[in-house]
Amino acid sequence: MPKILRPLDVYKLLPQTNCGKCGESTCMAFAARVADRAVDVKLCTPLLEDPKFKGKLQSVLELVRPPVKDVTIGVPPNHVVVGNKVVMYRHELTWYNPTAIAIDVTDEMDEKALIDRAKAVEAFVFERIGQPLRLNMIALRCTSGTPEKFAKASDLISKNVSLPLMLCSYDPNIMEEALIIVGNKRPLIYAATRDNWRDMLELASKYKCPVAISAPGDLNLLKSLAATFVDAGLEDLILDPGTFVRGDSLAETLNMFTMLRRAAIEKEDKAVGFPLLAVPAAVWMEAEGSEDEKKMMESYIASILMTRFADLMVMHSLDFWALMPVLVWRQNVYTDPRVPPSVKPGVYEIGKPGEMSPVFVTGNFALTYFLVKGDIENSKIDAYLVVADSEGISVESSVAGRRLTAEKFADAIKSSGLDKKLKKKVVVLPGRAARLSGELEELLPGWKVLVGPRDSSGIPDYAEKVLKKEL
Amino acid sequence: MSKDKLSEIFDIFGDWSELELEDVDVEADELTIEILPAIVQAVAKVAPEAAAAVKKVVELKAEKLEPPVMKYPGSIPEVQIGATRAEGGSRGRVIRIGGEVCPPFYRFESPPKNRPVVALDVFDQPIVPLAGPVKNAYKDVLNDPAEWARKAIEVYGADLISLHLVSTDPTLKDTPVEEAAKTVKKVLDAVDIPIVVGGSGNPQKDLQLFQHIGEMTAGERLVFASATIDMDLEAVAKVISKTGHNLIALAFMDINQAKELSRKLTEAGLPRDHLIIDPTTGALGYGIEYSFSVMERVRLSGLMGDETLQAPISCAATNAWAAREAWMKLDEWGPREYRGPLWEATTAIVGMMAGADIFMMMHPVAAKIVKGLAEVLSKPKLETKLEEVKYDGWVKMKV
Repeated sequence: MPKILRPLDVYKLLPQTNCGKCGESTCMAFAARVADRAVDVKLCTPLLEDPKFKGKLQSVLELVRPPVKDVTIGVPPNHVVVGNKVVMYRHELTWYNPTAIAIDVTDEMDEKALIDRAKAVEAFVFERIGQPLRLNMIALRCTSGTPEKFAKASDLISKNVSLPLMLCSYDPNIMEEALIIVGNKRPLIYAATRDNWRDMLELASKYKCPVAISAPGDLNLLKSLAATFVDAGLEDLILDPGTFVRGDSLAETLNMFTMLRRAAIEKEDKAVGFPLLAVPAAVWMEAEGSEDEKKMMESYIASILMTRFADLMVMHSLDFWALMPVLVWRQNVYTDPRVPPSVKPGVYEIGKPGEMSPVFVTGNFALTYFLVKGDIENSKIDAYLVVADSEGISVESSVAGRRLTAEKFADAIKSSGLDKKLKKKVVVLPGRAARLSGELEELLPGWKVLVGPRDSSGIPDYAEKVLKKEL
Repeated sequence: MSKDKLSEIFDIFGDWSELELEDVDVEADELTIEILPAIVQAVAKVAPEAAAAVKKVVELKAEKLEPPVMKYPGSIPEVQIGATRAEGGSRGRVIRIGGEVCPPFYRFESPPKNRPVVALDVFDQPIVPLAGPVKNAYKDVLNDPAEWARKAIEVYGADLISLHLVSTDPTLKDTPVEEAAKTVKKVLDAVDIPIVVGGSGNPQKDLQLFQHIGEMTAGERLVFASATIDMDLEAVAKVISKTGHNLIALAFMDINQAKELSRKLTEAGLPRDHLIIDPTTGALGYGIEYSFSVMERVRLSGLMGDETLQAPISCAATNAWAAREAWMKLDEWGPREYRGPLWEATTAIVGMMAGADIFMMMHPVAAKIVKGLAEVLSKPKLETKLEEVKYDGWVKMKV
């Protein structure tokens, strides 16, 4: 079960002065928001600053510490926060801090190629439902084996892009050369292992950087190393159980990720209560498969491990088609499960519609609305868009599930008041709701009901070829 | 701690100044608890400046991650699809799904009893617009459901076939049930694996369809898709149980509706091990997260003892093709020949992670990915030697 916070337990550890500095009118209201994990308890500045609350502060931080700690990589504003996970299943509570995606570069790339790739990662964006979906970090791999090259590459990246860095080398000497240059930007050190952990521990302490612990296939070692680092006072840890993809080993990867997360959340094992690292890029070590097959494999392994709790992932392919499903699934799975992304039902104007303009109807799933609106705009016609209440789900699903019926469409059109505004009453039904057209015509005397394209991307063509003749 | 070991450590402390601090130092920490005060004093005397170093360099703790297993009061019945001659059917192979006793792929608790299976869709008539990449894969068989089914099995390796009698839809072609039954017969003759028989989604017509085809194929243990909330559930449960088939109950992303369907169907006589729940699959990017969470809740509730939700789960990953990201030609999104199948595969994989047992799919590449994954993830134990993979090599790999 997820760790449930009770407002009263939080309240007891607040100053109880109702000073309002946090933005809430009372400490109790603030406590309720903290317990909901809607706000950070550190918004209570008196608690943070007044030495007399030191004891309370410590207790409350301990109380609200999530079973999977949050770790910040980079320095604000160029930072990414991973972890801070409270539940295993998203229906219990929203998953926070979407999985960060790092794209790899190597210290053997020539200067221009390196900068170009780093900049391409930073510039990458896929705009969806009004949100930009982006990549989050650069993972610099030391393939040269030389400290100078590694340090130079880290310098070049940090001078050219502002994304947080992950420095990848198992050699502490090589690592330190880069840390001397970019250590003040809080890169993620990858990685401390069975063989180098003392030196890496020292580097992480010296440069105050988060550090990944890698113990491929050995959860006991992983936990031992983590516990050792915690004992030494290091708390910004990332755990890497290894991303095995060859043969049937992916099953073991999944098994390990699941064990670690369940141990952290449901068994409250603090030693493994840290964000998990997945490396879908490991598919590129495999001999089998064409390049395109590897891109596909990397993509779906990323989606699998993101579903199974990866908080940070290293990927290699920058192909748009391969990254799209991962980014969209990330956007989907990190939404609030209680609130469907929907828009308010009602009538929306596109362009400057008049008495001869057509009426489009659709459902109120946010994505549907944005797409349909964009496609009507693309067709360069003025129109009304009537949004019926489909309970926040897509037209196809809501029609199939009888949540969006001819009655609902009819009611939405009637209550829009368009009846009186229009000379010629033409309504275009989504192609996926075609089966409702007969019924809708009966419910809307005086209206002509047309069936539009199955996908709204067909609207410009439809407007040109069909709609023009009707109006 | 043995005496020998103690003296060994003490010896080492004797040479302290030459030593790089390695494995020994924390044992010294532990010593302070266990050994004689005299020794402690001796240790303390060795070198005051080394004390700071001792603090800094610590011994590796020896922790063990206990497998975080839990107990579940419930389990999922196993559903057998298809029946051999000996069992009263005519299939060469049968398929079993379900039988879970823990969440999906929690191998540390229990390996899956049966692997998830992939059904490729076949339509009785090519009246539903198919996405370009899908159409390409079947363009030579689109007008012949039997050949289509054969190709899906023999060329594309599907576990079973999902035959959609879409032309029976009264608003489309309104094909009579007797006609549709002939198509079913042809497909059953063409392949020796079990099939899923799907209607058009019209609750009245589908009931007639299930009644007619159910009787005709009694004993074959097929799957009929789907019973919906606005159907005469008593009548459908009656015919399915009488003829020994299986039934998919389709709920629309609503766990309470799934419960209601399950309760009404079993109360009307449908045996529990003949029921499959389809909570509706939204395409990736188009509501898939609701499907994911409803599926997860269905499975977890079933394991926690809610009998109405103890059923294998069906996932119509085919719906992925409703997403324009899957099929639309757009240069900046890259080739849809890859993008489309990957979109469908990802939609299915998300369902698989939530606990789905049977997948309705369309593109052969997507189906191959999903079937391959189902096989790999359902292995009872690890066969690959992890140390031979040399995972840490990813840092230095030359790509």
